[in-house]
Amino acid sequence: MYAEFDLHVPRDLDGALAVLAQSDEPGVIMPLAGGTNMIVDLRARAVSPGALVSIGKVPGIRGITIRDGRVRMGGRTTVSDMLRHAELGAFAPSLVESARVFAGQMVRNTATVAGNICSGSPAADLVPPLLALDADVTLASRSANRTIPLSKFYQDYKVMARRPGELLTEVSWDAPAANATDLFYKLARRKGDAITVVGVAVAMRVEAGRCHGVRIALGSVAPVVTRAPAAEQVLEGQAATSERIDAAARAAMDAVNPIDDIRASADYRSHCVQVLVRRLLTRAREQLASGSQKTRGSRP
Amino acid sequence: MNDAKVVRLSVNGHACEPSTPPNETLLETLRGLACFEVKSGCEKGDCGACAVLVDGEAVDSCLTLTWTVEGADVTTVSGLGTMDSPHPLQKAFIERGAAQCGYCTPGLIIAAQSMFDNDTRDPSEDDIRLALSGNLCRCTGYTKVFDAVAEAARIIRERGESS
Repeated sequence: MYAEFDLHVPRDLDGALAVLAQSDEPGVIMPLAGGTNMIVDLRARAVSPGALVSIGKVPGIRGITIRDGRVRMGGRTTVSDMLRHAELGAFAPSLVESARVFAGQMVRNTATVAGNICSGSPAADLVPPLLALDADVTLASRSANRTIPLSKFYQDYKVMARRPGELLTEVSWDAPAANATDLFYKLARRKGDAITVVGVAVAMRVEAGRCHGVRIALGSVAPVVTRAPAAEQVLEGQAATSERIDAAARAAMDAVNPIDDIRASADYRSHCVQVLVRRLLTRAREQLASGSQKTRGSRP
Repeated sequence: MNDAKVVRLSVNGHACEPSTPPNETLLETLRGLACFEVKSGCEKGDCGACAVLVDGEAVDSCLTLTWTVEGADVTTVSGLGTMDSPHPLQKAFIERGAAQCGYCTPGLIIAAQSMFDNDTRDPSEDDIRLALSGNLCRCTGYTKVFDAVAEAARIIRERGESS
């Protein structure tokens, strides 16, 4: 490769954080996770760090645990790890669906949840489900650890809350209740190995006929993956009638600001936001009405 | 930039100690070791021509820095079988006409083997399509590739059950 950089391959978390702490300027010393974005960006000169810190040999930050009502996923957990986990599908069906339609096998075997979040791409497929699940991210540094909502992580295109000395070590969320569901749909030119045109995730639960915890997250339609709070408010506390779902879908469309690019026009993306939000909310309502949502212990 | 250093790797069962700079990819290292069966295609993670098994899992070697896999067992398509004793996947690709120009074939076979080892030995067509979603073939149209992988899976299963 023509790009030149130093490479550190620390054997533990302290070693990785020590190297990252050597610069407080963004982009000078950068973490390297699976590399499926980073190596491409290095080749294209989209980034030119002086040094990379590989977390590939750092133990203790890979894997999924579900305990005491909380799902915890180490930052180095790969997309394939999610697909191979026996229980995750019951706790985050939207996330497992996003893992299934993620790039191709070799990329899924390598790409990590931390890398997908920290690439800052508006098309990052794991992010809409994690926003719909109301996930938190834990950022470790040599001086302190902090946990913040993922919904506060993205500030602008490729601008994130991660400071230069920090490493995203964990993603976690409350295990959804039995009367909740979450769904994801990726619209793309092909079923496999394609960049997302529009990604939609929804989550909600129904109590006494009314929707609660309604979260709608949208990918590839704004500079960052984003929630659609105006659309969520249309349904929150209300019965999920077809009229309400239509209104929420329209509000989601009104909230987005997509661009024209080689994959789709802005108009098409806006239209598809409305269609997909309506479809997913309708499917969520049907699942919850029939009790066919995936819940703990009932995974086929 | 850091100087080159010696990296220990096992490549198809042979211990190797190539001297590599920090910006060298596993693809470059392997071709430097005369593993010319590992192909360079898109260099973006789209085409899968460079796929190899690293500790049993298929990865794109063009997106892997060699220093980050120090100590790993690397298997290329040449490590799966030989001309005299081909792997069931290699045999099925020949018999089913699943290779034309052949450039994508090493990566396709590695991706299929990774599915057998890590996901399922009894794949549905959807499983096969999912496992091969990161491999581009511009000649065959994929149908014969899917047939070959299904055939190899059947042969491997039958062999496993009879032994």
